[in-house]
Amino acid sequence: MFVGYFTERPYQDFDSGWVGATGREIEDLGMTNGDYNPRIGAELYNRYLDEKVYAEEMGFDGLMLNEHHSTPFCMGGVMNVEAAILARITQRAKIVLLGNVLPIWEDPLWLAEELAEIDMISRGRLVTGWVRGTGRESVAHNSQAPFNWERFQEAHDFVVKAWSTPGPFRWEGEHYQYRYVNPWARPYQDPHPQIWIPGVMSRNTVKWCAEHRYPYVMLATEIEPTKKSFEYYDEVARENGYEASTEHHGYLFKVHVDETEELAEEAGRKYIAGPANPFLEGNQGSVRSNLQNLPGLTSRTQLLPTVSTFAAAARGRQTERDAALAEKDAEVDKVDADAFGTYEEQVNKYSIITGTPQTVIPKIRHVLEELRPGNIFFWDGDGAMNHEDAMRSLRLFGEEVIPAVREMGKELDLKGAFEVNTQTGAPLSGD
Amino acid sequence: MTTQTETHSEVAVEVAGLKVNALQDGTGPNLVVLHHSTGSPGWIPFYDKLAEHHTVTAIDMPGYGQSERPTWARHPRDIAILLHSAIHKMGIDEDANLLGMGFGGWVAAELASMHLHGLDSLILVGAAGVQPEEGEIADVIFYEFEEYVKLGFSSDEAYAEVFGDEAAPELKELWDFSREMTARLTWKPWMFNRQLPHLISEVETPTLLLWGENDRVTPLGVAEVYDASLPNSTLTVIDGAGHLVELENPQAAADAVTSFIASA
Repeated sequence: MFVGYFTERPYQDFDSGWVGATGREIEDLGMTNGDYNPRIGAELYNRYLDEKVYAEEMGFDGLMLNEHHSTPFCMGGVMNVEAAILARITQRAKIVLLGNVLPIWEDPLWLAEELAEIDMISRGRLVTGWVRGTGRESVAHNSQAPFNWERFQEAHDFVVKAWSTPGPFRWEGEHYQYRYVNPWARPYQDPHPQIWIPGVMSRNTVKWCAEHRYPYVMLATEIEPTKKSFEYYDEVARENGYEASTEHHGYLFKVHVDETEELAEEAGRKYIAGPANPFLEGNQGSVRSNLQNLPGLTSRTQLLPTVSTFAAAARGRQTERDAALAEKDAEVDKVDADAFGTYEEQVNKYSIITGTPQTVIPKIRHVLEELRPGNIFFWDGDGAMNHEDAMRSLRLFGEEVIPAVREMGKELDLKGAFEVNTQTGAPLSGD
Repeated sequence: MTTQTETHSEVAVEVAGLKVNALQDGTGPNLVVLHHSTGSPGWIPFYDKLAEHHTVTAIDMPGYGQSERPTWARHPRDIAILLHSAIHKMGIDEDANLLGMGFGGWVAAELASMHLHGLDSLILVGAAGVQPEEGEIADVIFYEFEEYVKLGFSSDEAYAEVFGDEAAPELKELWDFSREMTARLTWKPWMFNRQLPHLISEVETPTLLLWGENDRVTPLGVAEVYDASLPNSTLTVIDGAGHLVELENPQAAADAVTSFIASA
């Protein structure tokens, strides 16, 4: 079993009015960086790095970073910089990047070089991971949304080739062109770092991931849909002639451990306070749906049903409009229910696990039994949690939770991607 | 292929292996019409008024509506080149007048730049394609698509008069579908071509620049750049109208077009 640690590294300014019920609006891509204070940024970057170092000390196998752009809920716009620092200041843990937003890179050769450097500086501890990004990322770096999926695939093929094929070679692709590919930096790991793919529910991505035999890491999704996605992965695996197993399945979930149940609840409630990820239910923020649903981000290639007469469309308008309005009301109800889903509801359905080691460990066991992932990440220290909250939890993870989870891993036979080669099914020596 | 529907015929030709579809009606000189970035909503009252004096052919541009998608197309100029062939194959390129609205106006201007002596007149209605000196062309990325269409009118009331308080699902689907194709053709820069002012400086075709006074999508500054770049252009502004002049004030728009073509 592979056990990793994650926090989204929110930008926390407790005087900003964005934390707590001050009435100040938190709208995704609707906040000006005129309110960004680099002094606070400096403290937070250093704090999050320190916590990662402590997480390694407490026995975590992996330190996970992620990347988002133009948003306060994640400070990892250039997570490769954080990864490079961790490569130097940590000794043993894998540095797990879930993930670089491939389609927004105009020059993926530069990415191949950066990641190879990180892999060398860390002496082979990089786990690389790639995502398509949300609409926000395409907007922030002005990447043409209709080609997002094509660019993801081409950039992946290109980076893997740049890592594993001796140069120089020429690349004349649909979206990327190079006349001379010969980076003077190669990954420490041969042929290249493991590639893990994080995601939520995109069938496209699950399918592609299973076809490549890469571990698929579900990001804090609820238990039932997570199970369904793993089942779909396994189905695609069988179509591709292999049996997927625990090493192909990864799961990130929110777990906070504390000294008392009271402290645990107080800290647990902070998951959804402040500028936490606005896609998480119950948080204080809102998203602009049109920026998530960019044109072409989800492809439509079929022709529309005929709209040949304006009059016909206009005639149908009133009744269809009523139906549409009713449907919209229903949607709004649903969204509201999600947006204001209570902390208690989330605790009840294992979306947030918080407590003392005694109460947390059986809940983790429930999740592991249900999902059987070989690679897990505990998501902690987020939202409005401060350094002390994070450190108390990390200590208890190290002292009590991780040892117990490792025992469960053995008992439930949950092997991770560093125990079994996901490409061949052969056992790994576990370096 | 020609099939008759209620009031107009449907015409289809094949260009570069793809079906290009159009609606056609009326008699008189040929008038080819290109729709907005949001796609063609079908045969609109504006076309009926134009068809009183012209043979109107409203083309679904490749990738929109009933015309198949050229998956390889990356620029409005690609669409203009395909339409150059489509218009020829439809047999409507003799003494033709070309009218483009919004994004279709940009395609029309590209087409005019490569079809220098083949057009009797060019009509650009709230056309995109060039960068205004001040302000910018509205960016669909920052609007929910119905809000974007609303922005095309001078006011929400004007929108409601045409589409109701909320548009039919069929239309919304059209807008959503169309904006994907548009995003495949223009992204960086959004909605203009830095080369176009230079390319159209040789287009001597009489050109009508028809703009709504309150155009909130392609501001009047866009018309001014066209006016300064084209050697033979006339700017006509319709009082009170927004970007979608042809929906908001079809009579005034059709009158302006008809009298311009008659005088060109």
